Amino acid sequence: MAKLDTGKISNVSKQGVENRDCSIGEILRQRGVSRRDFMKFCSVMTAAMSLPATFAPKVAQALDKVKRPTLVWLELQSCTGDTEALLRSANPTVGEIVLEILSVDYHETIMAAAGHQAEAALDKVIVEEKGKYICVVEGSVSMKNGGIYASTGGKSHLDRVRQVCGGALATIAVGTCASYGGIGAAAPNPTGAAGVREAVPGATIINLPGCPVNADNLTATIVHYLVFSKLPALDSYGRPLFAYGKRIHDNCERRPHFDAGQYVEQWGDDRHRRGFCLYKMGCKGPATFHNCPTQRYNEKTSWPIGAGHPCAGCSEPNFWDTMSPMYKRLPNVPGFGIEATADKVGVALVAGAAAAFAVHGTLNAIRKDKEPSDKGKEE
Amino acid sequence: MSESCKFKRYIWELPVRWCHWINVLSIALLAVTGFLIGNPYSFGKSASDFTMGWIRFIHFTAAYAFTVSLASRVIWSFIGNRYAQWREFLPFLYVKGREKMIRMLRYYMLLDKEVPETVGHNPLATTAYLVLFFLYITMVLTGFSLYAEHAPQGIMHKSLGFMYSMFSNQGMRLFHHFSMYLIFGFIVNHIYSAWLMDIKEHGSEISSMFSGYKFTVKREE
Repeated sequence: MAKLDTGKISNVSKQGVENRDCSIGEILRQRGVSRRDFMKFCSVMTAAMSLPATFAPKVAQALDKVKRPTLVWLELQSCTGDTEALLRSANPTVGEIVLEILSVDYHETIMAAAGHQAEAALDKVIVEEKGKYICVVEGSVSMKNGGIYASTGGKSHLDRVRQVCGGALATIAVGTCASYGGIGAAAPNPTGAAGVREAVPGATIINLPGCPVNADNLTATIVHYLVFSKLPALDSYGRPLFAYGKRIHDNCERRPHFDAGQYVEQWGDDRHRRGFCLYKMGCKGPATFHNCPTQRYNEKTSWPIGAGHPCAGCSEPNFWDTMSPMYKRLPNVPGFGIEATADKVGVALVAGAAAAFAVHGTLNAIRKDKEPSDKGKEE
Repeated sequence: MSESCKFKRYIWELPVRWCHWINVLSIALLAVTGFLIGNPYSFGKSASDFTMGWIRFIHFTAAYAFTVSLASRVIWSFIGNRYAQWREFLPFLYVKGREKMIRMLRYYMLLDKEVPETVGHNPLATTAYLVLFFLYITMVLTGFSLYAEHAPQGIMHKSLGFMYSMFSNQGMRLFHHFSMYLIFGFIVNHIYSAWLMDIKEHGSEISSMFSGYKFTVKREE
């Protein structure tokens, strides 16, 4: 697991500022990262970017020469889960290498500096590195009433993202909150929580939704930029296609059970223990685009469906409002109270219609009508 | 056969009847397979079975048949006879249509005793068909939007981009599922009305959907 302690991180961060002119290769060698670990890292990144294996040496070559980009990490309305995901990542020592290849000049959770000193570091980046630094945002932006519900360093989050993301080369919104507002944006959304794209419409933003973000996808996005000097191809929601281009359902390891017609019917039943499809337990895999089945979490050990829990659809826009109830296939019918499923409302509707026509039919059967005649008003 | 319905008239042309019965068949298949997709039964005995695969295959094939039938009927509404024309489905735009609609409504509400004779469609029914047509369109759109997600960035997925920007994935699923009940509601109404008109008009309402011929009070002009 991650061999990072806070002392080391702050050390890295300080070194970052000092060694800005060195290439990544030089810094990694100085820091004692073995060539083998570096090549392993490059292969993992090549796979994460959905590139063929032959690209790994090219990725290594490019990373060897390229200069480290400056990175600032803003934390807004969030649970710090994405920072945790990055720090706990360890495959192979991704956490270390990421922090070596990036010059993290500002990160509220892990930086050594505090207070005015920290804010001065951020201001310095914004001015000196204008248009050259990468900004990572974690958490949603509070938009309501001019953004008065959340602030850091005496400045509202809304003002901060507009200033920091507006001057950045690119902004990477990590996690569902920074991408679309996430749980904070669930109804009734008291703070007017929104994603960065909504808060800073003009900025270049890459969304990496997920709860938490997959650290491999974040690193691969940065490596993609370092290797190709351009941002990865995005879908209409601003998500890199290499990570969000396929549906979970279509890459799921339990898909053969879906096609076969083998489903978990109840938690802990025999079918659940045998690893059958979780479709009937409310799995949102068929509605969610993410590379979880292939990339996985925690050193690629597992992921929700792998662990026997249905996909919650956490990386989709308006997650929570549109993906609930978590353990049911379909949302409830709005306006009919809780637990009004489409089937209940539908059956009541059809039964009502059938009853009405049965009464009408009976009345008509006992009634003697005049059939159409020549004297009718027709045509 | 009634005394007054003495003239045989060709009303429903072959394409109209074909479209009608293809719709019936495909809707029946779509409904059965659709409910099995929405709430599947564990048919599978081994992981190498393909029961859900076949159920989905039937659903998608029937969906294509239904869509083609729907499109053909729209095209036929521009080339078919007067009873198949698109104007038939907008009776409320014409004075005569509105009058007839009111008389039809009065009859259905048991206020009038005389059955207003209808050669071709009755205006109340075509108004219902118009609503049904839009329901079909939304079924086709939501259905293919959900289907196209197996090939993101493909032609179908891209051309249905407006759907994804307007509706959530689960919202489309709910609509697609719930609308089937609305169509069932229509089917109850439709079969009942066909039966009612068959026994009241004596113009062989039901068999006309097979033969194309109806018996009418007046000779064709």
